[in-house]
Amino acid sequence: MSAAITAESSAAGETRAGLALALPALMLFTGIVVIPLVMTVMLSFHDWGQYKGIEPVFILKNWREIVDDPYYAEMFWRTFRVAAFATLITAVFGVPEAYILNRMGRPWKGLFLLLILGPLLISVVARTLGWALLFGGNNGLANKLLMSSGLIASPVRFMFTETGMVIALAHAMMPFMVLAVWTALQRLDPQIENAAVSLGAGALTVVRRIILPQIMPGVLSGAVIVFSLSASAFATPAIIGGRRLKVAATLAYDEFLNTLNWPLGAAVAVLLLVALVLIVVGSNTLIERRYAEAFR
Amino acid sequence: MKTNGPFALAFHTLFVIFMLAPIVVVCWVAFTPEGFLSIPITHFSLRWFKALAGYPEFMHAFGISLWLGVLSSFVSLLFAVPAALAISRYRFRGRDALSALFLSPLMIPHVVLGIAFLRFFTWIGIGGTFSALVLAHVIVVFPFALRLTLAAATGMDRSVEMAAISLGADGWTMFRRVTLPSILPGVISGWMLAFIQSFDDLTMTVFLAAPGTETLPVRMFLYIQDNIDPLVTSVSASVIAITMTVLILLDRFYGLDRVLTAKGGDAGR
Repeated sequence: MSAAITAESSAAGETRAGLALALPALMLFTGIVVIPLVMTVMLSFHDWGQYKGIEPVFILKNWREIVDDPYYAEMFWRTFRVAAFATLITAVFGVPEAYILNRMGRPWKGLFLLLILGPLLISVVARTLGWALLFGGNNGLANKLLMSSGLIASPVRFMFTETGMVIALAHAMMPFMVLAVWTALQRLDPQIENAAVSLGAGALTVVRRIILPQIMPGVLSGAVIVFSLSASAFATPAIIGGRRLKVAATLAYDEFLNTLNWPLGAAVAVLLLVALVLIVVGSNTLIERRYAEAFR
Repeated sequence: MKTNGPFALAFHTLFVIFMLAPIVVVCWVAFTPEGFLSIPITHFSLRWFKALAGYPEFMHAFGISLWLGVLSSFVSLLFAVPAALAISRYRFRGRDALSALFLSPLMIPHVVLGIAFLRFFTWIGIGGTFSALVLAHVIVVFPFALRLTLAAATGMDRSVEMAAISLGADGWTMFRRVTLPSILPGVISGWMLAFIQSFDDLTMTVFLAAPGTETLPVRMFLYIQDNIDPLVTSVSASVIAITMTVLILLDRFYGLDRVLTAKGGDAGR
């Protein structure tokens, strides 16, 4: 801070100036984010009936229904299972791809990075429609390709199955994993790799003993992002999963716009939010503790 | 040592095909001359793009999406620019909490946001209106507008501002003539990225849109739920073309790698 604005560089002055500038945004967020979220939590404790609508009372009916009815346990289990498999696929394929990308030469590196990250910004409805076209029916393009390459003997059902949901989700989330690993790879010191090679390490040993341990924090934080986004995804499960294969987001949508049981829908959404916040905060804390030196 | 072997390149090729396949397929099928979905298509035809003009619900939804994107990203920046200046320049108590709050729309699932907005807007009596959509989109695109403005404001050379002050400029003149011009590239790319995010949002908007205020993604989603036909592929191909145009502009103007890595960097924390 320069001497030219000494008047402002006092701590109190800084606080006042900073808060004054941030005040409009703070008010906007308080009014349109914090209050609605609090209202949603309250809504999940309200009563609802087919004919009486929403009754603003405080009861545990919706929460008890979610806990007691195995339908909800199965639905949440499916949500997190699909998200976990999608995360696994992005890690298994995204990590090597980021590594290969990082070793490419000048024009190619940038070009392919854009090609792989670009889909992130393209309409998720359009992308999912693409998967629906590829999956469609037993003689869809995906099945034709897989069968002619000899990878599968008989057609696999992709539409309206968890398999299809996992593949389409992994595709949608892949850019986040590549990005996280790629960022971690940028921080590597190439001299360590060279030192390992000069000491006689083979290519595999270098990857396993030198590269992987150093980029592990990046892989894990990528996995946390992919998991939380997959578990709350809506478009992909709704289009690929169809009307019967519900996940948390599509179930909440149904309760709100078809059944009109808002309190129950709010309870599902609040539970999803709480579960995700716990998982994300918990795993980030674990990652930071385990790899403290990488975050210094 | 630094080169990729044939196995690595084969893996890379398959990976890129996987990433591009659904997008290419949509654009390809959109040019079918048939009245039904057929892969591969027999020959190229603009039949379904011409047919779009006969579906006012898609054209109307497109208009809504365009306006919504332009308005909400602009309003978002009106709030984001001062907030970014506050966060980048002043060390004050609660600064970290403030930026966490402003970036929270990235962390909160959009379903939850959609539900919260639906509840709130219905309660204050503007449910299903275009203004409600604008307000909701301002919040959802805010982190993107903030991120890029913040990057520009942090990288800015403050001594030029000091010079302006010492030459007698007041605060507003300094902002208008010195600060804003130098952070403008960041602000404009923040605006473009925010526009794309608004233009593409489905999960949150699907809760808020009513007949008459349906955005293009919502219209497409509801249409796909009933049936998938060549018409909706030509709509999708048009949407992809629009997004690509904005992306190319963004790349020319600011560098897409900078935009994307800034975005990924904060999503990681």
